[in-house]
Amino acid sequence: MQYTLLILVLPLLSFIVLGLVDSKWSPKVAGTIGTLVLGIITALSYLTAWEYFSMHQVAGVYEKVIPYNIEWLRFTEFLHINLGILLDPISVMMLVVITTVSFMVNIYSLGYMVNEKGFERYYAFLSLFTFSMLGLVVATNIFQMYIFWELVGVSSYLLIGFYYTKPSAVAAAKKAFIVTRFADLGFLIGILVLSFYSKTFDFGILTSGNPSVFASTVGVSFMGVSVMSWALGLIFIGGAGKSAMFPLQIWLPDAMEGPTPVSALIHAATMVVAGVYLVARLFPLYIVYAPDVLHGIAYVGAFTSLFAAVIAVVQTDIKRVLAFSTISQIGFMMVGLGVSGNGGHEGLGYMASMFHLFTHAMFKALLFLGAGSVIHAVHSNEMNHMGGLRKYMPITNWTFLIACLAIAGIPPFSGFFSKDEILSACYEFSPYMGVTMTIIAGLTAFYMFRLYFNIFWGKEHKHEHTPHESGFAMALPLVFLATVTVFAGFIPFGHFVTSDRANYNIELDTVVASISVLVAACSIALATILYRKESAVPKKLATTFSGLHSAASHRFYIDEVYLFITKKIIFNNISKPLAWFDRHVIDASMNGMAGTTQWFSLKIKSFQSGQVQQYAYVFLLGTLAIALMVIFI
Amino acid sequence: MELITNFLSGSVQIEAYLGLSLIMFFAGIYGFLSRKSLLMILISIELMLNAADINFVVFNRYLYPGHLEGFYFTLFTIAIAACETAVAIAIIINIYRNLNSVEVGNLDEMKE
Amino acid sequence: MNFLSLFVLIPALMMMGLFLSNSRKQLLFFMTAGASLLMIFSTVLTYMYFTERAAGNAATMLFTADTVWYSAFNIHYSVGVDGISVAMLILTSIIVFTGVFASWKIDPLPKEFFLWFCLLSSGVYGFFISTDLFTMFMYYEIALIPMYLLIGIWGTGKKEYAAMKLTLMLMGGSALLLVGILGIYYASGATTMNILEIAKLHIPIEMQYYFFPLTFTGFGVLGAMFPFHTWSPDGHASAPTAVSMLHAGVLMKLGGYGCFRVAMYLMPQAAHELAWIFLILTGISVVYGAFSAIHQTDLKYINAYSSVSHCGLVLFAILMMNETSATGAILQMLSHGLTTALFFALIGMIYGRTHTRLITEMGGLMKVLPFLGVCFVIAGLGSLGLPSLSGFVAEMTIFVGSFQHTDLFHRVLTVLACSSIVITAVYILRMVGKFLLGKIQDPHHEHLTDATWFERISVVTLIFFMFALGSAPFWITNMIHESVLPVIGQLVK
Repeated sequence: MQYTLLILVLPLLSFIVLGLVDSKWSPKVAGTIGTLVLGIITALSYLTAWEYFSMHQVAGVYEKVIPYNIEWLRFTEFLHINLGILLDPISVMMLVVITTVSFMVNIYSLGYMVNEKGFERYYAFLSLFTFSMLGLVVATNIFQMYIFWELVGVSSYLLIGFYYTKPSAVAAAKKAFIVTRFADLGFLIGILVLSFYSKTFDFGILTSGNPSVFASTVGVSFMGVSVMSWALGLIFIGGAGKSAMFPLQIWLPDAMEGPTPVSALIHAATMVVAGVYLVARLFPLYIVYAPDVLHGIAYVGAFTSLFAAVIAVVQTDIKRVLAFSTISQIGFMMVGLGVSGNGGHEGLGYMASMFHLFTHAMFKALLFLGAGSVIHAVHSNEMNHMGGLRKYMPITNWTFLIACLAIAGIPPFSGFFSKDEILSACYEFSPYMGVTMTIIAGLTAFYMFRLYFNIFWGKEHKHEHTPHESGFAMALPLVFLATVTVFAGFIPFGHFVTSDRANYNIELDTVVASISVLVAACSIALATILYRKESAVPKKLATTFSGLHSAASHRFYIDEVYLFITKKIIFNNISKPLAWFDRHVIDASMNGMAGTTQWFSLKIKSFQSGQVQQYAYVFLLGTLAIALMVIFI
Repeated sequence: MELITNFLSGSVQIEAYLGLSLIMFFAGIYGFLSRKSLLMILISIELMLNAADINFVVFNRYLYPGHLEGFYFTLFTIAIAACETAVAIAIIINIYRNLNSVEVGNLDEMKE
Repeated sequence: MNFLSLFVLIPALMMMGLFLSNSRKQLLFFMTAGASLLMIFSTVLTYMYFTERAAGNAATMLFTADTVWYSAFNIHYSVGVDGISVAMLILTSIIVFTGVFASWKIDPLPKEFFLWFCLLSSGVYGFFISTDLFTMFMYYEIALIPMYLLIGIWGTGKKEYAAMKLTLMLMGGSALLLVGILGIYYASGATTMNILEIAKLHIPIEMQYYFFPLTFTGFGVLGAMFPFHTWSPDGHASAPTAVSMLHAGVLMKLGGYGCFRVAMYLMPQAAHELAWIFLILTGISVVYGAFSAIHQTDLKYINAYSSVSHCGLVLFAILMMNETSATGAILQMLSHGLTTALFFALIGMIYGRTHTRLITEMGGLMKVLPFLGVCFVIAGLGSLGLPSLSGFVAEMTIFVGSFQHTDLFHRVLTVLACSSIVITAVYILRMVGKFLLGKIQDPHHEHLTDATWFERISVVTLIFFMFALGSAPFWITNMIHESVLPVIGQLVK
């Protein structure tokens, strides 16, 4: 499978070419090149997936295939960063997801971004992002993953700050980068700790299940927690940063300042699930060496999911609603991983989580692209500037509805299947977890339909010019993704991706399924009552629960807490005093030394009067004194 | 006249000459240290130089009568002293032109 | 006469050429010709070095030569290079080359400026090729003195104060150094000042206790070690562009190089015993420099404090005393040299246009200066350790290497030093966000012109090498790694 290298090389080349030519080529050429390259690598990824899943099964287990693994940087005899390509079920699945969504976003952007300045730059960054993300998923070792992890962070920074003259976009880009960078610090330290004991970065060795790899960690603990828990916990912090888990979720809503297709690609479908992918990649380690951390991940995921869902209910910016919904859905995936066991039916959560990652990528990209289409038509992100758009934008309306039904978990759309598997796994883990997640699923259905009705139904808002359906380039990805969303649920996912890489037949748990469908249907019905026609009930509810409402719409003040910590504590109470200390203590002591020398020299300066007669006097007296000494002593 | 014959015949005591030069030398030192005028300081230096010259001549005459090095040295010194005086007076004249004074205490223009 | 001496001779020839020239055109001709020659020559040297090593020559130093210079004190003029010096020579050549282009329009007194510039570079080159303690020290001084005039005459702002401060503090450091060097010489009882010869002898441990701190601090002052770093912000902020580049890019590396080559190599026992003190100091440098940078508003001050932080990491890694972290330290010297030179070049170019360096007075420059802006962002990303740029390779090698230390204290310190990557991101992005992105604040800035061709050469060369080092580190890491081994071997023993 040597051609897989092209999947990485082509977008990189595309980035270099588009980045270097800058604006010398017409935007159309740049866009075409970018899209064409993506088309090719999408085809290659499909080919890879087809070939991999049809051929590489030995004794019922999918083999890992490593077509490339080149040593890039050697630290010590054992520790070296390799750059290579690792194909196993999850990485192949990710290849398909990333290239598909990226390809769709590239096509969509041809229509969406066509009038923007810096079109080439945009496509260059998209290519860079695609390259980094693909490099991340095919990483053969944890350090390669870290490298591409940083690269996706930077591409995300560049793309969020695409409108660089807009201060809010600049601030959002900065925030996204710094928050994820902070999390990456945890990731890095985790890698250091892990590699210190295992003496390897290689995923193959790390996840081989060979106990001798971690023999040196036995009984080693730091501050009462075993080192493996430390290492894996720290690595999870990295994942939590990228995947916007509480309390590191603050950057994702702000990241919506970027162009909408970018939000669809990076902040909904691909980059934000990198954390989930990381945990899935190291799943064999978590399950064996740090089950407590894994459970912690489940709780963090569940809490984040609930937290984000509550906030999503009251947001009015449609992209923010989608952003919080993304956070909530990633929480689902984390929970899926956290409650999972290993192998066979035990590994249901793992499989479900990956399945949800797959379906979520499709329908969330669809939602974002649909939202982009709406924003394109009405030039606003605010819900109350919309309403009644279904007449003007039929395609967007229908595709958006499909996506909403999918995320709400209504059969037969894809979201139903994946979410249902996660719920089953949760119920098996503990009933409380199952109930919580079911409630969150209900909330999801509610806020998504609140969004849907507010955009496409309800009272019509006056527009300067009549909103219209966007062109072919934007409609095509919508239709394609909607089609995928409708049918993806029927993919026998258990035959492809499972925790032990063996086949697993998904069986629908009818009890769980019917409960969740019932809850979702009730939520949708409630949303329909409240928002389909303009009614006074939502406002009334908001005033009744004004405390909760305003707290939720301020995102529970987490941003303010961060602002307080960074601005007040770090900037004003650490950095400022340190800078002062440097100027007025350290530097002043150096200046003080110079000053003392000068003062002293001024004091003894009069000895050096320049009056020769005075010198002669002293000379004479000195000579006399010496003469007298010689004579009398 | 008698003085010259006495000198040539060597009947004058050496102490007399040395006494003279001693007085001249210390007069020079005193002048050098106490005078404020550059001209007077210069004259004091000349006095000290001449005192040294006398010593040269006298020691040569009394200690090594057959040799002439002391006389030659004195001649050199006189020549050099003349040059030195010429230069010094030139400097002093220039100082006077610029500052209207030849007091040493006033010459601190070059100091910081 | 060894061909390595050409590194010192070419700047001398350039100076002669400058004497003969009488127009700016001729000056620039001699400078570019000489600088390019140095570039070519360092490339050839690297190639020769590789072929020699490939041929199986395992000597510590290659191309050695030795001439008696002053026999009464056993002072020899002896030269030789290993992988570390070759790396440093390449770095110096790059910085000199780009520095010439960055000071293309220097005014006033271009001739005198370039004369001092050449003298400075010949001092730096001489330092890196010397293997004799005394000549090393002499070249060190040659590199320091021209700094005073270069900053005092061609600088900006409080230039006299800065020049005086920089020179005096570095001279203070070199005074400690001189005592240290003489101490090494007499305590070892050597009959030569050659480093390689002294390394074979044993210096009594009680003597090492005296002279190790002296030597390390002496070099450490130049390496901007806390609390002797304050010359760096003032000096760099006032220096003209090319001088800042050369100073932060190369001269500060003399500190790290000297600490490694002289202090640690010759006094391993004391290094082992006393390392913890200096580890704490350099660890403070790393974090403290980064935190101080957050609060600055002057571009050059931000970069100077960032240099304190990054150079602190060099010394920090050296003190970890294992081969990986030491390799990382040398890589960090290269990486920081390139990155900071690029920063200073760009800051100089931007200052030349906007006449201010305060980020609060600028904004939205990306729109009017796209080339410089993009390059600045690249420099920033390099500084905060973006993979594929040099900073990442260097920092990761340091962190991974340092973390391999079996002692918990060292590992905890490493984790603290790691936190600097976050703080670096904060101040770099704050700086970029404030003055490059956003809206244009000053209406005068709307009609600025982007980089000229000579500025582009300077900037693109630096970026090229940053990418080369960052994306294909293996071509130089092996060379550095095998040269680090003798020193580490001495320390482990």
